[in-house]
Amino acid sequence: MATQNTIRVSVRRRAATLSFWEQVYLFEVIRGLWITTHHFVLNLYYHILKLFGIRKTHPLTPTIQYPEECRPLALRLRTLHRLARRDDGRPRCVACMMCETVCPALCIQIVAAAVDDPNIEKRPKSFDIDIGKCVFCGFCVEACPEDAIRMDTGILDIASYSRGGMVLDIDRLLSLNAATERTDKEVDQLQKWLLQ
Amino acid sequence: MPTLTIDNQEIKVPAGTRVIEAAKLLGIEIPHYCYHPALSIAGSCRMCLVEIEKFPKLAIACHTVATDGMIVHTNSDKAEHARTSMLEFLLANHPLDCPVCDQAGECKLQQYYMTVGRHNSALLDNKIKKTKARVLGPHVILDSERCILCSRCVRFTAEISKSHELGIFNRGDHSELLNYPGKALDNPYSGNVVDICPVGALTDRDFRFKVRVWYLDSKPSICHGCARGCNIRVDYLRRRFHHNDGKRIARFKPRHNPDVNGHWICDAGRYSYKQLENEDRLLTPQVDGTPGGWDSVLAGAAKAFAGHVSEFGVNSIALITSASLSNEEMFTAQELFGNGLKMEKIAWRIPPGPENKDDDLLIRADKNANSFAAEKIFTSTSRAKDVEEVLAKTEAGKIKAWIVLDADLGPAFGDERIAKAAESLRFSWYLGSYRNATSQACRFVLPSTVFTEKEGTVTNFAGRVQHFPAVVSPLGGALPLLEIFAKLAGRLELPTVETNPARVYQSLGQSFEHFAQPIYAAPTAKAAPTSKVS
Repeated sequence: MATQNTIRVSVRRRAATLSFWEQVYLFEVIRGLWITTHHFVLNLYYHILKLFGIRKTHPLTPTIQYPEECRPLALRLRTLHRLARRDDGRPRCVACMMCETVCPALCIQIVAAAVDDPNIEKRPKSFDIDIGKCVFCGFCVEACPEDAIRMDTGILDIASYSRGGMVLDIDRLLSLNAATERTDKEVDQLQKWLLQ
Repeated sequence: MPTLTIDNQEIKVPAGTRVIEAAKLLGIEIPHYCYHPALSIAGSCRMCLVEIEKFPKLAIACHTVATDGMIVHTNSDKAEHARTSMLEFLLANHPLDCPVCDQAGECKLQQYYMTVGRHNSALLDNKIKKTKARVLGPHVILDSERCILCSRCVRFTAEISKSHELGIFNRGDHSELLNYPGKALDNPYSGNVVDICPVGALTDRDFRFKVRVWYLDSKPSICHGCARGCNIRVDYLRRRFHHNDGKRIARFKPRHNPDVNGHWICDAGRYSYKQLENEDRLLTPQVDGTPGGWDSVLAGAAKAFAGHVSEFGVNSIALITSASLSNEEMFTAQELFGNGLKMEKIAWRIPPGPENKDDDLLIRADKNANSFAAEKIFTSTSRAKDVEEVLAKTEAGKIKAWIVLDADLGPAFGDERIAKAAESLRFSWYLGSYRNATSQACRFVLPSTVFTEKEGTVTNFAGRVQHFPAVVSPLGGALPLLEIFAKLAGRLELPTVETNPARVYQSLGQSFEHFAQPIYAAPTAKAAPTSKVS
């Protein structure tokens, strides 16, 4: 249906023609070189100050030694999925297919099975997420009525040599835990797995 | 003929009509759980409360008889408030476990909550705990917590199946639907209680957790389980094949047709979907049990046929056909083998076993979907023979070859007898869908599709011609029988065979008056609505 109220947006376009000084060209090149040199000298100055311990932090461009060193991640950042467990260790997921239904990338595949416990009735027999297809929209987390699927592992560097390697199965997803509750040992193990 | 006014619309209805039915005629849906047009009236859910002028209180539309001059308001503030409050009561002990409930997506509680509920529950007490996942019978499982005690299933077992297995026990909020002690819900129509259950209390054990209902598409079809020709809805998966064990067809549901099956189907028909994609399906053409391509097997089959005819003549070949083929296939078979090749021995009649009996609801003893048409089409040329006769003549050495069209002779005559009779044959073709004793006894096996994979019409025992569409594409290398006929006709250098069922039906109508009425015309307008069970 066509909406009655359309919003008019006026866009100020940049003039396609160059000014006189821009057309001269040489002047613009000198201006660009000046910006680069300015940053270079300033960075060099502060890094030398830090090297001799005169300053403790870099106020300008920092260098992060990735992957040994990482920027701290915001807690609400959507990172690799995991499946949470109940207090007794069983998966929280009841295979209701809400995440599979809402997933816009169709990257979740769940196969349900019955369990004997009448309080749960249903469990995922298999739960595959194809990270290669995932768009990290977080809809699955929003849709989950059991708070079972979460995107709080803090893992962002996901890579594999094959397409199949990008598919995480239920064991993999259940073995991950939240970035906030990870011990140092687990961080080491994770690092090992990621660097494999 | 009383005339009444519902929501400012006047309507004239036959005497004795209930207000809920009168409203339905006007296209006004009054929310209801316990009311079902095919069952007696219980009036227990109180969801259909409407305001009727000059009545002191709200009245239930399902039990109030429409009278002359009645003025009904279904959407007045009072009626709406009553409905919302009733729904709150019905949900008082409902566990709201929609995530694990198979009914989610086709549940009347969900539906009415979104349309007339939308309340915040004011109830503070804890919900009553009851038994979950209690097996009631071979097909049905009960979740007492979800039950709203509408008693539709109790009335079904009392009035329709007349088997009296279910009852409501205990009082107050401890009331519970249970089967009578020692009586499992095990009658030939038990699956229908799942369809009429408006909530997720009664669910199907076969369908349980297989696939969520919103992944399913539906097409109207005709059950091929017996000669009744019940109208069904085929629910199938079009994508996401990791569900439902990788099979496309998920379930059959009854489709309302007052002239054939009412609201019901039998369990045998309901669960006949399982064999449609099982491991017994024939998927590749075979010669002596070795799979081959269509071209090579057809060439071999045609060569064997031509050699046999030149040596023994066409009268030593018998055509044994199933009486479950569609009208179009029978007609084409008659044209191709009867009129084209001048074969005289066409057999299809197999007497039903003693275990098959007609019952007074739906089930017919004749387990073939289309015996009526076989009688008309094959007998018209007075060539019809009993299969028994063909078998006897084969054993006597008079018949030296078989062409079998999807007929499984094992159950009626015994697997050993078929295998032994087939040993003496010079050549044999089997054009069918399933691997069985007969297909294994035949040399050339050409796989054909089942009824959900082809379009056609069938005629039920009363002569009613009903159309069914192709729901899914053919499985594996199987082809619709009409296309196999066309390929065979090409190999045998016979006139071309029409493969479009609509056009075959046209020529069928020209040959037989019974089929003269057009049934394929305007298929979209003609297709019955795939209405859910009311």
